[in-house]
Amino acid sequence: MDLQKKRKLINKLALTLSVVAMLFGLFWLVWILFTTLELGVTRMSLDLFTKMTPPPGTEDGGLANAIAGTLILVGLATLLGTPIGVLAGVYLAEYGRRTWLGHATRFINDILLSAPSIVIGLFVYAVYVAQVGNFSAMAGVIALALIVIPVVLSTTENMLKLVPDTQREAAFALGAPKRVVIMQVTLKAAMPGVITGVLLAVARIAGETAPLLFTALSNQFWSLDLNKPMANLPVTIFKFAMSPFKEWQEIAWAGVFLITLGVLGLNIVARVVFRPKHKQ
Amino acid sequence: MMMNEAAVSLETQVAFKHLNFYYGQFHALKNINLEIYKRHVTAFIGPSGCGKSTLLRVMNRMYDLYPEQRATGELLLDGVDVLDKKIDVNVLRAKVGMVFQKPTPFPMSIYENIAFGVRLHERLSKGEMDDRVEWALRKAALWEETKSKLDQSGMSLSGGQQQRLCIARGIAVKPAILLLDEPTSALDPISTMRIEELIAELKNEFTITIVTHNMQQAARISDYTAYMYMGEMVEFGLTDQVFIKPKRKETEDYITGRFG
Repeated sequence: MDLQKKRKLINKLALTLSVVAMLFGLFWLVWILFTTLELGVTRMSLDLFTKMTPPPGTEDGGLANAIAGTLILVGLATLLGTPIGVLAGVYLAEYGRRTWLGHATRFINDILLSAPSIVIGLFVYAVYVAQVGNFSAMAGVIALALIVIPVVLSTTENMLKLVPDTQREAAFALGAPKRVVIMQVTLKAAMPGVITGVLLAVARIAGETAPLLFTALSNQFWSLDLNKPMANLPVTIFKFAMSPFKEWQEIAWAGVFLITLGVLGLNIVARVVFRPKHKQ
Repeated sequence: MMMNEAAVSLETQVAFKHLNFYYGQFHALKNINLEIYKRHVTAFIGPSGCGKSTLLRVMNRMYDLYPEQRATGELLLDGVDVLDKKIDVNVLRAKVGMVFQKPTPFPMSIYENIAFGVRLHERLSKGEMDDRVEWALRKAALWEETKSKLDQSGMSLSGGQQQRLCIARGIAVKPAILLLDEPTSALDPISTMRIEELIAELKNEFTITIVTHNMQQAARISDYTAYMYMGEMVEFGLTDQVFIKPKRKETEDYITGRFG
């Protein structure tokens, strides 16, 4: 009986510790969200979405060019990085499981996955910006895509590995060629996970500043030209938040609020859309 | 392997001739000689690891998926050597359907689960495909339960229904043989009974081979039984004979529960 008592005590202790840890983590998260909301809403108005980033000392002005720029940069980077990541993930999980090329790719991908984003920014600066001779949105897209690829690749691989081999065998047993097995069975089974991976990648690059500082830079004006610098939220926030001007700081907070809201919204949408339909 | 009473009108569907199978270095099937008869149920029994599942997986060349596995000897299906490298395995697998231990519905609707295999081998119009899906589901005794929800996911069915869906999917391709690898070991007794009834029904049209750990099941549903041990075919014969009057002491020990 003493043993039972001891067990119960340890149980309670562990439970208490984990609840405390949970509350500790949640506390900061809620605080961050609350601060963002509090400081961000002051500039929330239609102007934020219709007016360009203002010169210092102007009362009005918004983030229209930065919002559009971020949407373009993030959108194109996702469009560029997702197919590469998914295809490479399919290779690793379905073809290259035990090949040296598979092992090498996985290893390099893990390094890329944890590479500081500033390194990627500098890399694109060296091989693209320096060669072309000017900062450009295209360089920003490439830098962000390089962040998307390893995230999508490793989620795709892991999700495909979760599909039981019996499922593959069942499809092969019907006489399906490998590409059909992958396209119609395993990738389909892994799809919710793969899309979650893509959204994770989007959430990650939405706020990336360092790689854009060396590539897309920023732009005071409205520009959709991929060969010119392009305005974007993170760099604008970085610039405005560090400035001594009050209006700029307010706009920076509004930008922070927008990114947070965007990423949060994306996550919620993903969860609702890809909620498992059968709870069994 | 002479069977006096069975020699009447038996057609051989599959013939194993000096078949050996290896998982890398491990010799899993040792010089198997065996005939499987058309439109009969042949059961494979024996302790875990004796090679009975392996034997099934040779018949549809499932082992091709794993480079370290290989077979030698001959395996004739309707007189054609299945082990021949030149054989198109996808065509072979259309002739040899397989159902696994755990139900394996695909992540698609009930209808699509059945149509998936058919589309791989035949071009059918929408109407013909509808008919085929209904035919297969009826054969698998699943039509009444699913006809109103064909567009629902195959994963939404119960375990027993999923397994019957997998059987329907297998027969929709119109194979000659069905390989059943412990098809009821993950099912409850009622579902098991339904599958057993189904097997009795299906043997009028298909040659059926079944691996089972359940000896009563083998005795109930099979016409022929093969007892395997350590990769060897110990005894093969009419099920009644094997169960009532086994020729080999090892078989008797296993069947009576003194071993295994």
